[in-house]
Amino acid sequence: MCGIIGVMDRRRQRMDGSAIKRALSMMNERGSGEGAGYVAYGVYPEYKDCYALHVFFDNTHETKRIVDTTLEQWGTIVHDERIPTYDQPGLRAIHIPWRYFFKPDPNRMSHSRSPEDDIVAQIVMRINTARKGALIYSSGKNVGVFKAAGWPEEVADFYRIEDYKGYIWLAHNRYPTNTPGWWGGAHPFNLLNWSVVHNGEITSYGTNRRHIESYGYQCTMFTDTEVVAYLFDHLVRKHGLDIDLAVRALAPPFWDDIDTMPEAREKLNRAIRLAYGPAMMNGPFAIVVANHDAMVGFTDRIKLRPLVVGECGDRLYISSEEAAIRAMEPNVERINMPPAGEPVIGRFVV
Amino acid sequence: MSLGSTPLRYRISIDRERCMECERCIENCSYGVFRREGEKIMIDSRKCTACHRCLAMCPRDAIMLEEYPCDYRSHPVWTRQAREAIYNQAKTGKIILSGMGNALDYPIIFDRLVLDACQVTNPSIDPLREPMEVRTYLGKKPSRIEVKKKENGDVELVTELVPNLQAETPIMIGHMSYGAISLNAQLSMARAVAETGTFMGTGEGGLHERLYPYQNHMIVQIASGRFGVDIDYLERGSAIEIKIGQGAKPGIGGHLPGEKVCLDVSCTRMIPLGSDAISPAPHHDIYSIEDLAQLVRSLKEATEWKKPVFVKIAAVHNAAAIAAGIARSGADAIVLDGFKGGTGAAPRVFRDHVGIPIEAAVASVDAKLRGQGIRNEVSIIASGGIRESADVAKAIALGADAVYIGTAALVAMGCRVCGSCYRNLCPWGIATQQQNLVDRLDPDVASKQVANLINAWTLELAELMGAAGINSIESLRGNRDRLRGYMLDESLMSVLDVKQVGA
Ligand code: SF4
Ligand code: SF4
Repeated sequence: MCGIIGVMDRRRQRMDGSAIKRALSMMNERGSGEGAGYVAYGVYPEYKDCYALHVFFDNTHETKRIVDTTLEQWGTIVHDERIPTYDQPGLRAIHIPWRYFFKPDPNRMSHSRSPEDDIVAQIVMRINTARKGALIYSSGKNVGVFKAAGWPEEVADFYRIEDYKGYIWLAHNRYPTNTPGWWGGAHPFNLLNWSVVHNGEITSYGTNRRHIESYGYQCTMFTDTEVVAYLFDHLVRKHGLDIDLAVRALAPPFWDDIDTMPEAREKLNRAIRLAYGPAMMNGPFAIVVANHDAMVGFTDRIKLRPLVVGECGDRLYISSEEAAIRAMEPNVERINMPPAGEPVIGRFVV
Repeated sequence: MSLGSTPLRYRISIDRERCMECERCIENCSYGVFRREGEKIMIDSRKCTACHRCLAMCPRDAIMLEEYPCDYRSHPVWTRQAREAIYNQAKTGKIILSGMGNALDYPIIFDRLVLDACQVTNPSIDPLREPMEVRTYLGKKPSRIEVKKKENGDVELVTELVPNLQAETPIMIGHMSYGAISLNAQLSMARAVAETGTFMGTGEGGLHERLYPYQNHMIVQIASGRFGVDIDYLERGSAIEIKIGQGAKPGIGGHLPGEKVCLDVSCTRMIPLGSDAISPAPHHDIYSIEDLAQLVRSLKEATEWKKPVFVKIAAVHNAAAIAAGIARSGADAIVLDGFKGGTGAAPRVFRDHVGIPIEAAVASVDAKLRGQGIRNEVSIIASGGIRESADVAKAIALGADAVYIGTAALVAMGCRVCGSCYRNLCPWGIATQQQNLVDRLDPDVASKQVANLINAWTLELAELMGAAGINSIESLRGNRDRLRGYMLDESLMSVLDVKQVGA
């Protein structure tokens, strides 16, 4: 189950979170009140050059010190604060959400091609595998994840999502089946600027996880979705693939189709499949992924989960349900359902 | 003789009411169990190997075979086998030879691993309605790909792929040489792999010219004896395999007795007629990983970098470290042969006691290569003890790209695993060079049987994948989440890196 929705404004006009909250609640049928979450791009313009680290603390006396020390060791904490929350009757506040605006010191990882990203990625893996009562669940620049175990409205009201504005929003209503509903397990999953919402199950998780872990990523969230964020980071940031080629690696065409492609395309697709076979994802899924450049939605190769796309002016919507899109934008046009495995990519025009 | 004889292993009897004295048992038994004396078919059970040829050929189902019930003084340590081996060696002072695979009663790890299936939240996939991809590419893969954008926006591949074998199923047939087995047996399997789009190994016996039509499905082997190896041989194969070791006899070479070296075998192997073909334990030019890397390189150079080069080792406890070295030697695939692997002939003590199970070897090699971030750049082929499609699925889930079957392919041709392959008397025409016996194996029929087996296992594999919600073999490979250990001890589960049932 699970309901997903994403919206982007191609001219980077920022939208507040009220509409997406409405849209997500429309899909309550697809959730069980055990997890919901939102992510917004462009949400911290005043700190846009800092990495915004969102952390769940079990308590702030003991565990916060660990994060503070680690961050200070690798760079400068420009600002940090408790993320404002507002008690909700149905939502048990288990963790304390905190945010840091952090500038890593690139000299600490001079051998790397993207030292700042590498420092932050490594801090995230380190803190999260240590499991000492602190979990970094959002770590991009000018991007923020807001999630908890609860129904979509409750989670939205808990963070007052309408107070935030972004030019891409993704949201997720969770019906957990293979792991317990806990805050860390709620979507969106994020690493650096990558965020992922996912409906379905990744049956290739064991393969994907063993693959990505051999490049230093650590899967710590007990759920299959986080691996998608890492795979995108690995393929796009580390291997320099375009987003559409990365999607091709994750949901490649069948061999029978590759065999009959014109030569240049055939070679390219064969190479992607051979090089990135262990990254390919199997099982039923519909996924929406975003970073600051694009939003992309795609399904598994035989489309075992629904995905609907709509457009309205500069806005692109991708969701599990048309009704959810209409809840956001009643005048939506050009509703369509992309074929299995075919990515729908939204890019900015400015 | 102070030791006397040991009791019979098997007892053959004939139901005289049913027997019609057609003498087919006499004709068929190459071990000489049956003979006619006057009016009667006589039996010498002592010669029986339980090859079942007579049972299969008797038109009246008149023959009965049973293990001979003979009680030694019962003793948990001094088993019948232990005592009989000693009587034997006390008489002969020799190494005891045996054929086929490990005959000791070790627990089979495959049988203590169970596969997963989807329910409710994750639909299973029906292979009859949806595409199921079992095609497997074997060979070096690029660690990453580079592309270039052309002016018209097209994306062009910059990375060059090196040649891979394209197998339509991850089930291949391992190396059994001409010499160890008959030409008809090789021919039957060659036709079967050509028909099913997969590959088989030549073994170390060279490539007979009657196999040339199937050369695009043959992997030519280079073992320490270098039998039959010349440039023509290398060029004919679709891949080249360097055999360092074999699961049935790690650390020792091979020995084809002179009786099996008939004229044809001697030509194919390029050795004198009737001479023992002895493969030394090590290759005369490989005493280190650098030497191996040189051989890999020179083979590639000799064949203009057009063919993948595999390296086969016996599964031993240090296999992971060795495999990592092989991966860096430039080899395209690592073949791991587990200690249940079969053989034409091996000292019994090696066959039964040296090496480790393939399950553990694959798991640890896969883990080691992943730890070094190079797993996808080299293929792993698992062999030695693959008895059914479930074993194939489990081997792949543990980390193999593909499997080699050996004994299973022979069994598909009629082999009854009697374990007497080294005697050149195989009554099924498989492990023999005696023309009258070889003629018993009809390549038209046997190739069909082998192809049927490969097809049937491939179908079952696709069903198992579909049940697990997986429609491509890449997503089964190394997917240990789809396995659970049942009655396995904790330390073994940690080597295999699988959770226990219920977890
Ligand atoms: S093959 Fe059967 S029927 Fe024929 S002689 Fe032997 S036992 Fe009798
Ligand atoms: S190949 Fe022949 S001799 Fe060897 S085990 Fe099989 S039946 Fe017996």
